[in-house]
Amino acid sequence: MNEKKNATANEPLIHLSKRESISIVKSWLIRLAAIVLGLVVCGLVAYILSDKLRSGKKTIFDFYHSFLVKGSFSTSRKMWKFFKNMAVLQCISLAVTPAFRMQFWNTGAEGQTLMGVWGAIAVAFYLGGKVPAALLLVLMLAAALLCGALWALLPAIFKAKWNTNETLFTLMMNYVAANVVSYFLVVWVPSGSSSLGKLPFGRLPSVVHDYFLIIVVAFVLTIATFVYLNYSKHGYEISVVGTSVRTAQYSGMNVKKIIIRTMIVSGLLCGLTGYLIAAGLDQSITTESVGGQGFTAIMVSWLAHFNPLSMLLTSGLITLLNQGAAQISQDFNVSGAFPDVIVGIILFFIIGSEFFINYKVKLRRRARAVRKEDIK
Amino acid sequence: MSIWVNFLIDSLAFGATFMYGSTGEILSEKAGQLNLGIPGVMCMGGAGGCLVLNLIGKSSLPGFLIVLLGILGSFVMGLLMGLIYSFLTVSLRANQNVTGLAMTTFGVGLMKVIMAKMDDTVYLVGPKQLYRWPFAGRTDALQYLGVMFFLAVIIALAASYVLFRTKVGLHLRAVGESPATADAMGVNVSRYKYCASCIGCGIAGLGGFYYIIDYMASTEAYKSLEGLGWLSVALVIFALWRPHRTIIGSTVFGFLFSCSSYISNLSWITVTMATKPLLKMLPYLFTILVLIFTSIRKKREDQPPQSLGLPYFREDR
Repeated sequence: MNEKKNATANEPLIHLSKRESISIVKSWLIRLAAIVLGLVVCGLVAYILSDKLRSGKKTIFDFYHSFLVKGSFSTSRKMWKFFKNMAVLQCISLAVTPAFRMQFWNTGAEGQTLMGVWGAIAVAFYLGGKVPAALLLVLMLAAALLCGALWALLPAIFKAKWNTNETLFTLMMNYVAANVVSYFLVVWVPSGSSSLGKLPFGRLPSVVHDYFLIIVVAFVLTIATFVYLNYSKHGYEISVVGTSVRTAQYSGMNVKKIIIRTMIVSGLLCGLTGYLIAAGLDQSITTESVGGQGFTAIMVSWLAHFNPLSMLLTSGLITLLNQGAAQISQDFNVSGAFPDVIVGIILFFIIGSEFFINYKVKLRRRARAVRKEDIK
Repeated sequence: MSIWVNFLIDSLAFGATFMYGSTGEILSEKAGQLNLGIPGVMCMGGAGGCLVLNLIGKSSLPGFLIVLLGILGSFVMGLLMGLIYSFLTVSLRANQNVTGLAMTTFGVGLMKVIMAKMDDTVYLVGPKQLYRWPFAGRTDALQYLGVMFFLAVIIALAASYVLFRTKVGLHLRAVGESPATADAMGVNVSRYKYCASCIGCGIAGLGGFYYIIDYMASTEAYKSLEGLGWLSVALVIFALWRPHRTIIGSTVFGFLFSCSSYISNLSWITVTMATKPLLKMLPYLFTILVLIFTSIRKKREDQPPQSLGLPYFREDR
């Protein structure tokens, strides 16, 4: 009797267990609650940082209006920009996803995409005007794909052969890529100003709108990646390797080959995105051409549980936050780095909310009640 | 000859930034916590210290107290960032890579917002000489070796001692290698992970503060801090997860990072603008090489902690 009493007293206050499954509606409700909470905290932070809010020149309603509506949807220009940014982010997120499903933590999407941009721009710089425009575009695409794939292939080979830590390897490759770009910027622009002017060659034709093509490509890629991951033999192999390398080996899969092949796919997609940035948008390059989206993509992909279709929601959300926050820093006269703060805060909340999606939390008393039921 | 001595001392002083950052990251990684938020933490540490100096920089407090409070401010700010990180990754078992990257976004952004709002005549101009004690008045490179440089060396050595010579360190490493085993041994895994990440972040925060207030001592310094944060993460691999090796490693990194400006002083080497990015690439290339060699050699002591980056849930199979 006494022992039994002690046993209940020693039971921890909070008991955690993994959820078997959760309905999609419930999981998105949890996320929504987290986002709302995050927005409230953002409002508080903005209140502390912005003089305009504190002095009463603008109300907190203006703040949320700028944030959620004005930043992305007030004019058609902003809407196009919203979908363009979302499309770029979506492409890079799709690129990292196959590797992530395999539990290969590719943190190098930034560098792989940047090398894609570099490859395309290099071809345009050296061959622009010397070959027909259509051929130039094809060559640019080939160069971009090659560079992106190469940047992904190197870590993959070492991972497959010697199990070299891929997170750190791919992370370092980002900075190598950034320095490769700044090296060529110095070579290409002898005057010493570190920006290459807009090249007159190698522009993708504009259909409907300048941004239309990249949006369509992102959409098609989303479907293609979804099918590739869920309904192809490759996709199946990727998820087996991701769940358990041993199982994959027992069933006769060549794990090394799968790792290398999947990373090449990742790199190709990054290269393609780089090509779209180079030929479709910028026609120029800086070390900031990808602008940290390679890192953001990791979060987008993870938040969507590596599902390409859900990624449309998460990449849209992150883009909305970024543009909204940029709008705020304009309207409320706060520093240009303010968007990062806001996005960071909301990310913390969403990251935290994943816990309540994956785990069930029971308090002590409820746990005991449940046990009684079990005994009955 | 003196140019080489100056160069060495300068590299040492510059390297202290990485020394802080990577000693902190090593503590965290040894407990299995791969904290990619270190750049953000270093930035926030810098901002925290400067915030404190902004309050007391013009007051009549004795010099050593100003120095101490500034250091404390940056440590506490780093610690707070560490708390966010460990709450999310340990208590809520979030993915460490994702959390770390979010921390970097958040930390770098918030630091820029804070620093833009402060008055540099208060937090920088007065206090910076105090931090250069005891070599404050000198004109050669020795002037860069201030209080915080020596603190960095002491912390790196102390961290090595704790990690490899004490029981606490043994438990900490056990948590990083195999949390399930440590748990069965009776080690409180969550507590160790929390402490290691938080203290690690506190130490890393000092690095940001050192860079802004001491080594660079300029109002623009904070803008280049993020890149140094990533170098600190690289240095962890370079030092093979041993804090005392960061002293040598950080000097090498500092050497590689700043050699472009020194080499151009030598008459027998001609440096064009194009060489600079190539030289700046070297620390990363070296790190990759070290990473590859250690994985090929498969020496057990040189491997990353085995459960690095994985959340621990007792009921997992």
